[in-house]
Amino acid sequence: MAAWLTGAAAGVPRPGIVIAKPGQCVADKDTMRRSHMDFLKHQRDQTVRQGIRTREHSLNECVACHAGEKSGSVLGQDGFCQSCHSYAAVELDCFECHSAKPKPVAKP
Amino acid sequence: MTDRRRFLELSAAALAGIALAPGIRLIQVAAARPLDAPASGKVRWGLLIDTSRCGDDCDACLSACRKENHLPQGELRRTDAQWIRKVAVKDMRSGSARQVPMMCQHCAKPPCVDVCPTGASFKRADGIVLVDRHICIGCRYCMMACPYKARSFVHEPTTGQNPEVPRGQGCVEGCHLCVHRIDRNELPACVEACAATGRKAMLFGDLNDPAAEIAQRIAQVATAQVRADLRLDPGVRYQGL
Repeated sequence: MAAWLTGAAAGVPRPGIVIAKPGQCVADKDTMRRSHMDFLKHQRDQTVRQGIRTREHSLNECVACHAGEKSGSVLGQDGFCQSCHSYAAVELDCFECHSAKPKPVAKP
Repeated sequence: MTDRRRFLELSAAALAGIALAPGIRLIQVAAARPLDAPASGKVRWGLLIDTSRCGDDCDACLSACRKENHLPQGELRRTDAQWIRKVAVKDMRSGSARQVPMMCQHCAKPPCVDVCPTGASFKRADGIVLVDRHICIGCRYCMMACPYKARSFVHEPTTGQNPEVPRGQGCVEGCHLCVHRIDRNELPACVEACAATGRKAMLFGDLNDPAAEIAQRIAQVATAQVRADLRLDPGVRYQGL
């Protein structure tokens, strides 16, 4: 019963989230799942309107950490963002404009 | 090694501003804005373009802009965005001709901001006129309002954007003075490219800081604002026009 309530029963489809670089995110998992969109929206207004460029809730930092190892992107079937957004049927508009791949590291 | 160190010292001095005396530096405001500090209203970023130094066959600023902002490369199509373009001006009587780089003039009283129905066009505290693409609906009123034809509409889907310069189909865009570079205390890409050619036709700086080179040049030499009659007070000024 408890397993059914938490949705962990066998046969229930789950999004295939692959975390390429496991480590510490800027907040715990539950907070991020519930509030990442609010963090991003708050940050985006501050950055565009006022030029505040703190890295904690910056989309570029999300991408830098969460881009898939093989694809180098957060999109695609196994992409960190897209896999979950497809599962939840929530449109993912960020990457219509933003780059889904991290900035290439400048070669010395 | 000594040469390299000297170069680094010189670049550091150039970045931090010229030391007048120990402890006193020019461009102090520009030198240190922490990541979490908003853009300051005391600063007004501007450009001074010396048209006599601008080469007829040179397009360093144009290609640097396209490269930095990942604008369409190659042959220019009618629908491609142009954030900066070279305008040929000629005095019919004397025959004197000039090539003038034109981009968003970052007006103090920008008409694009006046007409924007959603508030997407706005002027940042430090005088940079920007489009907030998150709320731009692509109506293109600003394109019609701008007397400098500085804005472009993105007609086609975009791929491979610069992570620091998001851009996408359905929004209006224009020169943002490389705001992402300014915020980390670098020069706009066009200014850097122009300096690299040795022409040094473009000078970037804080118009409000009397100690800044740009403010001093403007105080000393005759400079013009394009369509000054409109009294929009553009932040881009031209010398020798």
